Amino acid sequence: MASPLEQFEIVDLSKPLFMIGKVPITFTNSAAFMFAAVGVASIFLIAAGSRKQLVPGRLQGLAEMLYDMVAGMIRDNVGDAGKKYFPFLFSLFIFILFGNMLGMIPYTFTFTSHIAVTFAMAFAIFIVITLIGIFKHGLHFFSLFFPHGAPLATAPILIPIEVISYLSRPVSLSVRLFANMTVGHVLLKVLAGFVVALGIVGGWVPLLVLVGITALEFLVAFLQAYIFTILCCIYLNDALHLH
Amino acid sequence: MVKPYQLFVRLAPALAAASVVALTSAAGFAADPAKKGMPQFDPTTMPSQIFWLIVCFAILYVIMSKVVMPTLGGTIEARAAKIQGDLDAAAKARDEAKAALAHYEKSIADARAEAQTANRAAADAASAATNAKLTEVGQRIGGEIAAAETRIAEARQAAMGNVRSMAVEVAQAAYAKLVGGQADAARVDTLVGAALQGGRR
Repeated sequence: MASPLEQFEIVDLSKPLFMIGKVPITFTNSAAFMFAAVGVASIFLIAAGSRKQLVPGRLQGLAEMLYDMVAGMIRDNVGDAGKKYFPFLFSLFIFILFGNMLGMIPYTFTFTSHIAVTFAMAFAIFIVITLIGIFKHGLHFFSLFFPHGAPLATAPILIPIEVISYLSRPVSLSVRLFANMTVGHVLLKVLAGFVVALGIVGGWVPLLVLVGITALEFLVAFLQAYIFTILCCIYLNDALHLH
Repeated sequence: MVKPYQLFVRLAPALAAASVVALTSAAGFAADPAKKGMPQFDPTTMPSQIFWLIVCFAILYVIMSKVVMPTLGGTIEARAAKIQGDLDAAAKARDEAKAALAHYEKSIADARAEAQTANRAAADAASAATNAKLTEVGQRIGGEIAAAETRIAEARQAAMGNVRSMAVEVAQAAYAKLVGGQADAARVDTLVGAALQGGRR
């Protein structure tokens, strides 16, 4: 019985292609599934979008629902100022959603279950959003760390708390996605192991649970993409509008 | 309507419990001596992952922003415009129907007023014609009455003249019979005239 962590192994599919500094870059199973997610998402959305029906069918309706959902997130959480970032946030949502969903297919690899990927995304977004805030508001941006109207005497306590909470945003954003995907897949694997271990006699109970958890994992796969995107919207709103 | 974020908050305790179970079990499997912990924390694989992440996300971003989003957004906008256009057309049609109804009602009212005017004019014309005819007939009858009266007066005058001349002749004859000789004609005439005058009185 393979370890439940085996599914997260990064496998080199090529020899080192080139070096960045002293670090070799290889084409891996993670990269393959990133390309797969980009390919599937692009084919699906282009096919669905090219129908251009006045009354959409299921495929076109689904694509428009995803588009409207991200548009709605930005409208509700950021407002008109967020429209510029719609292509980025939509791409982000689609990338995570299709990465998570492809990972639900047996024998596939879930690239969003790796902290390197989720943290790279979260950290890049954190840096860009912070820069947007500083360019837009200058030094006034740092008023974000002191809630408006709080007594001045509370500053020594509040400011460190706010700074820490601000700096922990990329960590919580990336760990939330990584941990959810990892735990979900480990759980499925462990339950599947129980089904095999208990055999035809007792295996039915964990199998039923496994079916339920699989459904839950599909929900989580969607939800985590949604949460990642909506939190980016909220952080972006903080940077654009301060408090 | 439960928003997905709220749903996540509700599911959080269940997810936390599930993760404890899973990680505990995983730890048991991970104790396998061949494995050296979670592959996620192997730093040697990270540069490749981040490199391909950047490449793939860049490709996805270009496809989304240049191809997918303009088509989807265009379709959604076209639909919104079509719906708005249809609503506008419906409102316009309703206004036109209202205007047509108002025009129709106005025509009916006008026609009714016109009919009343024509009716009154016809009645007035008819009564005027009747009056004119009545007046004309009245005048003609009056004329005929006057002519008849004139003729009667002439006849009476003529009759009276005859009576006088006959009375004068009778008086002269009586005078000749009674007195003898010829009576003075002028005097007889005067006396007869006086007597006739008196007789009339």
